[in-house]
Amino acid sequence: MSKLILDRRRLLGLGAAGASSLLLAGCDAFDDLGDRDSRLRALLQNANDLTYRAQRLLIRDGALAPEYSESEIRQGQRPNGSTDPQSEAYLALKADNFSSYRLSITGLVENPARYSLAELRNMPSRTQITRHDCVEGWSCIAKWTGTPLAHLLDAAKLKPSARYLVFHCYDIMDLGPRGPIHYYESCDLIDARHPQTILAYGLNGQPLPVANGAPLRVRIERALGYKQPKYVYAIEAVDSFTRFGRGRGGYWEDHGYDWYGGI
Amino acid sequence: MHGENRSGTRPCSGPLIYRQSLWTRATHWVWALCLFFLLLSGLQIFNAHPALNIGHESGFGYDNAILRLHAVNTPDGPRGRTTVFRWAFDTTGVLGLSGPADDRRVRGFPPSLTIPSYQDLATGRVVHFFFAWLLVATLLTWLAAGLVNGHIRRDFVPTGKDLRALPRDLADHLRFRFRHTRDYNVLQKFSYCGVLFVLMPLMILTGLAMSPGMDAAWPWLLDLFGGRQTARTIHFLVMTLLILFFVVHLLMILAAGPLNELRSIITGWYRTDGEPDKVSEPHS
Repeated sequence: MSKLILDRRRLLGLGAAGASSLLLAGCDAFDDLGDRDSRLRALLQNANDLTYRAQRLLIRDGALAPEYSESEIRQGQRPNGSTDPQSEAYLALKADNFSSYRLSITGLVENPARYSLAELRNMPSRTQITRHDCVEGWSCIAKWTGTPLAHLLDAAKLKPSARYLVFHCYDIMDLGPRGPIHYYESCDLIDARHPQTILAYGLNGQPLPVANGAPLRVRIERALGYKQPKYVYAIEAVDSFTRFGRGRGGYWEDHGYDWYGGI
Repeated sequence: MHGENRSGTRPCSGPLIYRQSLWTRATHWVWALCLFFLLLSGLQIFNAHPALNIGHESGFGYDNAILRLHAVNTPDGPRGRTTVFRWAFDTTGVLGLSGPADDRRVRGFPPSLTIPSYQDLATGRVVHFFFAWLLVATLLTWLAAGLVNGHIRRDFVPTGKDLRALPRDLADHLRFRFRHTRDYNVLQKFSYCGVLFVLMPLMILTGLAMSPGMDAAWPWLLDLFGGRQTARTIHFLVMTLLILFFVVHLLMILAAGPLNELRSIITGWYRTDGEPDKVSEPHS
């Protein structure tokens, strides 16, 4: 055993050799995990369900995301993802300053409805200074003003079978074999009815700019940025979101991101 | 004991003793697995925003970064650059800009240090959160077992004797002289306690502080760490300390006799030193 005790010089040499071979070896050995249909990946993804359940258990349904003071708004809200939708329908709306815009509330509701921007602005509103956390890792503090989604849901009266809301958006992300693929998102009814969940039409005291989702953007403040769809034109109450996109509840979810998005 | 001539010791010629319980051995290897995947998936996640900021948010209209891995255009073509506070270093090929010389890509950490090797944040997150849960479950298992079977009280809490032995232990380590006894020496106790009771909880809490969901449940996390972006920065710094621990851990194993050390963490059995008076007293 004593023969294996090394002197310092040999030890440092070994350490350096080990470190450099580790660096060169690379990690493409695990690239199969990137395959969205891999069974190993499906196994690992169970942790996301665990996170969702654990957080729903741990976080009170009404617990508020931290709110900040005016002095903590030090920069404009950083736009990300789509910043200038080019779909014909959207361009037409933008051309008339969204005066013909209508938000539809559809699906499993007793009272489907359509609201103009002026009608939404005349409803009770909530203004909140919150931190936007992008899944990429950055954060940005901004002031959002909008209509609490719970207010619209009360008016629409969800049917008992409704379990999720799906948000349909104007921005086109890809061109698929069956036509353009629009951004969409979904959330459970806890997030939908959360007091800070608003349909924002104002940002930092101004009308919501196109780059940030004009005319209407969802704010779900306890979730990451991709759960805050922009350019929303319809909110559909559903019992399951499997019939939309690839069935995983959102554009980015269809590309391998977790549906809950609270971490 | 100080200044004693130790040339007459016979390392590792004493009795084989059962040193590591199954709990210790099993949790050790699960941690090793977890930390490997957490590190490489963590660097993948970092690459999506290859900077560290201080405060609640990331400065885009102003600068609050303490570290940036980025690329710049120069007259000689694009170069990888690492900026730490105000100091910039050319790190082309490794940080900021990497890949084969004819196919350089703008990336924080190079493909060899991320899982997957290519840019894929979604997969990095899947891997990271799976192993984060596994790590927490293993830590809790270890904690429960260690409290019940006395491992933590007996082997981790430094005693007065340990503290008195600290200068000599430090000197011995610096000279690469190791005693092989049943007990951890005081430097081992400090470093293992530091990892298990300081770095691991810090890693978990700073990780949770980055979750917008957890920030609603436990807003004190943000107060504790000084904002979500500072928490992210601390998460990264703790990662570098864990790597430092890992490197020293490996060097110590190599220096102290890798076969004996490996045997004890695989089978539990450990060959102690030959001098009976050097072997610590049996545990009460």
